[in-house]
Amino acid sequence: MSAVRSTPPKAPELDIRKTYKLYIDGKFVRTESGRTYQVAGGRVNAPRGSRKDVRNAVAAARKAFDGWSGRTAYNRGQVIYRIAEMLDARRGEFVSLLGKGPAAEREVDQAVDSLVWYAGWCDKLHAVAGTVNPVAGPYFNFTFPEPTGVVGLIAPEEPALLGLVRHLAPALCGGNVIVALVSESQPLAGLVFGEALATSDVPAGVVNLVSGSHSELLAILAGHMDVNAIDVAACNDSEVKQVQLLAEANVKRIVRSDGTHSLEAITSLMEMKTVWHPIGH
Amino acid sequence: MAAVTSTPIEALLRQVPPVDQVAVEERAASLASRSIKKSSKLWALDLAIRVMDLTTLEGADTTGRVRSLCAKALRPAPGDPSIPHTAAVCVYPSMAAVARECVGDSGVHVASVVTAFPSGQSFLAVKVAEVKTAVAAGADEVDMVIARGAFLAGDYAKVYDEIVAVRKACGEAHLKVILETGELGSYDAVRRASHIAMAAGADFIKTSTGKVSPAATLPVSLVMMEAIRDWYQFTGRAVGFKPAGGIKTAKQAIAHLVLVNETLGADWLTPERYRIGASSLLNDILMQIAKQRSGVYSSAGYFTEA
Repeated sequence: MSAVRSTPPKAPELDIRKTYKLYIDGKFVRTESGRTYQVAGGRVNAPRGSRKDVRNAVAAARKAFDGWSGRTAYNRGQVIYRIAEMLDARRGEFVSLLGKGPAAEREVDQAVDSLVWYAGWCDKLHAVAGTVNPVAGPYFNFTFPEPTGVVGLIAPEEPALLGLVRHLAPALCGGNVIVALVSESQPLAGLVFGEALATSDVPAGVVNLVSGSHSELLAILAGHMDVNAIDVAACNDSEVKQVQLLAEANVKRIVRSDGTHSLEAITSLMEMKTVWHPIGH
Repeated sequence: MAAVTSTPIEALLRQVPPVDQVAVEERAASLASRSIKKSSKLWALDLAIRVMDLTTLEGADTTGRVRSLCAKALRPAPGDPSIPHTAAVCVYPSMAAVARECVGDSGVHVASVVTAFPSGQSFLAVKVAEVKTAVAAGADEVDMVIARGAFLAGDYAKVYDEIVAVRKACGEAHLKVILETGELGSYDAVRRASHIAMAAGADFIKTSTGKVSPAATLPVSLVMMEAIRDWYQFTGRAVGFKPAGGIKTAKQAIAHLVLVNETLGADWLTPERYRIGASSLLNDILMQIAKQRSGVYSSAGYFTEA
């Protein structure tokens, strides 16, 4: 008779190290270039995205635009609220990526709050930002905001998560699709934010996250003819100048929002459309 | 003992060796990884337009849609005279006359699909009549489908006889024979079908209708081009090749051109011997040309729709 083992042998605790990847078209991909750079004090290799990653991200965003902007505002609000739920569910991971402690906890809380705040605006902004205009003629004349299209976002270096989220949420709220360059020096929280997006009913391609050298990728994003607006949140004055020169070819909208919660943050990435509707004489 | 009888085409097929699947896929993959840059890329993109059969094959095709396609074929980028016209437009037979009227004598050919495209499941008499009507309507190239039902049942003689009959009905028109490789099941079958088509007098052999997936994959293209090469060596007759279906990006098109150059040689890199059947590919190529010239990535919004 063979001996019956009462307890299985204990497996050694392996250090399972995570491979951080770009988030493009709803998939987690390694950079096309195969390059990485060291972050988190040299402990982690982050993907160093290339111009082709940006190109793929813009193509994915363009493909996703009609679907996302065509959803009802109410549904967009639900989806953005869901991102807040998923971010909150991964609270522990984000807090430890942001360096633990009360400051890190506060940053995650604020990011969740920011998403909830903008989720609420989705189905209200048209009523608040739109107008009915008195005109001297037999027309019913009204103005309402429409999404601009593909928005490029250069996220601030710090705060790594909150900086990304509070610039990304207003763009999403308005029905835009986004290609974001996450914080260059601290890209991990931004990249992991993709995992919250991937599990929260955000359609593939609506948000694309690329890490890497901002100075290398900025010109690609600013020059891309299929990018309609660019939020230069994290750029210094000479970079803004560079973006302005490159953005001229397709007249990109350039905004430099400060990240505070406001209706202006949403509408600055939207276009006001005015309709002249004839009425009876 | 009764003698085993066989038709001449069956005797021919017994000499056709099987395909080494692993080697074919490896070679196609390794050639596809080649990087073509700068001026070579611009040359390849220009060639890809010159060999393109710009195609619309939808039940919803209207005369307006076909006219629009023809205008796109004649002037792919209306603001840029340096962009060449495509080799042909490819339409259903009912639209051949409309296409002929639009392209006139511009050098753009009119290709019509025939023989109960895309299934090929009809009577020979009907198919022959369709070919004659399409040619009379102005098609100078006809794209026929082989009878896959007969092929898969092993009735190679019937497949061969049908192609011969269509060849005869074509008159002066060029004949492209669509094998619909996605339905043939194996590379061996693709190679056999290629030989049947060439023996029956095809001017071109073509991979697919575009209605079945997989369509023009690189390995299947390689198998067919090797068959063309063998045929050229044994008979001295140069048969053209047309991959069609699933080629949507400039990158894929360039991979196909590399495969042609390495298999059949530069002699085949002309519209007389090589075509690419496509629709959305054209604007992707125009976008890539714009990128090469301006240095910034372009947008589909700046190009006309076919």
